[in-house]
Amino acid sequence: MLYTDKVMDHFNNPRNVGVLDDADGVGEVGNPVCGDMMKISIKVAEDRIADIRFQTLGCGAAIATSSIVTEMAREMTLEEAVAITKKQVADELGGLPPAKMHCSVLATDGLKAAVDDYLVKNGREPISGGLEHDDPNFDPHAVPHEEACETEG
Amino acid sequence: MEQERDTYLDYAATTPVDPRVIDAMLPSLRDVWGNPNSLYRRGREAYTALEEARERFARVIGAEHPGEIIFTAGGTEADNLALLGIPLRSRPDGGHVIVSAFEHHAVLEPAHELEKRGFDVTYLKPRPEGYIDPEDVRAALRDDTVLVSVMHGNNEIGTVQPIAEIAAAAHERGAYMHTDAAQTLGKIPFDVTALGVDAATFSGHKIYAPKGIGALYLKRRTPLAPLIRGGGQESKRRSGTQDVAGAIAFATAAELVTADLDTEAPRLAALRDRLIDGITSALENTEVSATHHERLPNIAHLIIKGVEGEAMLLQLDAKGIAISTGSACSSGSLEPSHVLLSIGCPPELAHGSIRVSVGRYTTEDDIEYFLEVFPPIVKRLRDMSPVYEKMFGSHAG
Repeated sequence: MLYTDKVMDHFNNPRNVGVLDDADGVGEVGNPVCGDMMKISIKVAEDRIADIRFQTLGCGAAIATSSIVTEMAREMTLEEAVAITKKQVADELGGLPPAKMHCSVLATDGLKAAVDDYLVKNGREPISGGLEHDDPNFDPHAVPHEEACETEG
Repeated sequence: MEQERDTYLDYAATTPVDPRVIDAMLPSLRDVWGNPNSLYRRGREAYTALEEARERFARVIGAEHPGEIIFTAGGTEADNLALLGIPLRSRPDGGHVIVSAFEHHAVLEPAHELEKRGFDVTYLKPRPEGYIDPEDVRAALRDDTVLVSVMHGNNEIGTVQPIAEIAAAAHERGAYMHTDAAQTLGKIPFDVTALGVDAATFSGHKIYAPKGIGALYLKRRTPLAPLIRGGGQESKRRSGTQDVAGAIAFATAAELVTADLDTEAPRLAALRDRLIDGITSALENTEVSATHHERLPNIAHLIIKGVEGEAMLLQLDAKGIAISTGSACSSGSLEPSHVLLSIGCPPELAHGSIRVSVGRYTTEDDIEYFLEVFPPIVKRLRDMSPVYEKMFGSHAG
């Protein structure tokens, strides 16, 4: 199992670490029993992500996917942000080992949860369509073979 | 500067080959290349070299007879040979086997295979202190128990099991006793006869010999079905032309690790203790595993609360330090180490486990370097965690 240089760069020099004190929306996903937890806080202006920070407890891939998703989401509209897929996150990092694909789910889920939190707080309907981790049938390690091969890089 | 550091602290995973071992095996690679099973001069030379190595290895481990040593391609093969070979020959129609729940996968997987072949297998839970209680073995033994397998030294937490007592309990009920001694030879005094086992596994690359050589000690008159069939080498117990150079390397390495045991074991224990003291005094919310039981001198196992193991491993690697972790993320599975779960360690803590293991070339300077580098790494990762403050209090280590 090898990480790409880009994964290692985001792991060793994570971008946008921290918490926004005056956050408009906060998403917290994961479970310490599974070894990974992520918290994303966002500032929203005109339905775009104006600022974003993350905190993550987890492995190299969990930290790297958290870091890159904050870079990807910045300046995006809320609709664009919740549409980011785990595959886009993995591709942006030059691929993830198959066993680590679920880490990118953590990152996209954290972002979705933060966006929905902002919307609900402002009396609007959530738009993410639910979190992958909340799906009882979600198996973080059941990676389709083709996808595993694609992302292995 | 830092990238150039090469601080290897994972001797329980593998060891570099000792230059003296290389010197001992090179002549046979170059000159003694005959097939030890051939009758002409070159064959006889190879045969003599192989049998000398067998005698030397037998002497080191306290075997009564060189014929009790079966050379294999490593510890995993030796474990498989014992776990499958003894029950399948003794009770081809099935019976009962006891293994400890925190064995190496090289024992657990053959045990699963035995279940598929109609055997009952008891996976005996260790006590929370990290050892198998002989009384628990006694309680699990049945009239149809054919084999008990309990590792001598645990490869993650380093606890030493009371093998002599367990073997006595097994023998009282007519069962054979196997122990995986891959982690113990050269770390603590070792003698198969004193332990009273019928079979024991050894691995070359854990004791400064190359990968690809190991051995199963099999006491005379212990039944064994071969796994690898062919030309009938190793007295029909393990076919395949023998690795003469590997056997010489293995015997030499075994002699070297036992020759300086009296001075090396206390030296390693002192390095381990300095490491543990350094970590626990620099960082809050750390726990040393299995301190209430006899441990191998070379393994320090710690739980660093609120940090994930792979993240620590990678950050240390960036500083030129090599260690292991029992976190799920490093294993490629969802579950953290089965060893830690078996002793009742909660998963959220097992994810933060690290194993630091020292060896022949570890210096005090290596330990001081580790202690300089490690605490800031942990602090940085804890600062990055969304739950550390919440879970472990406000004055984070």
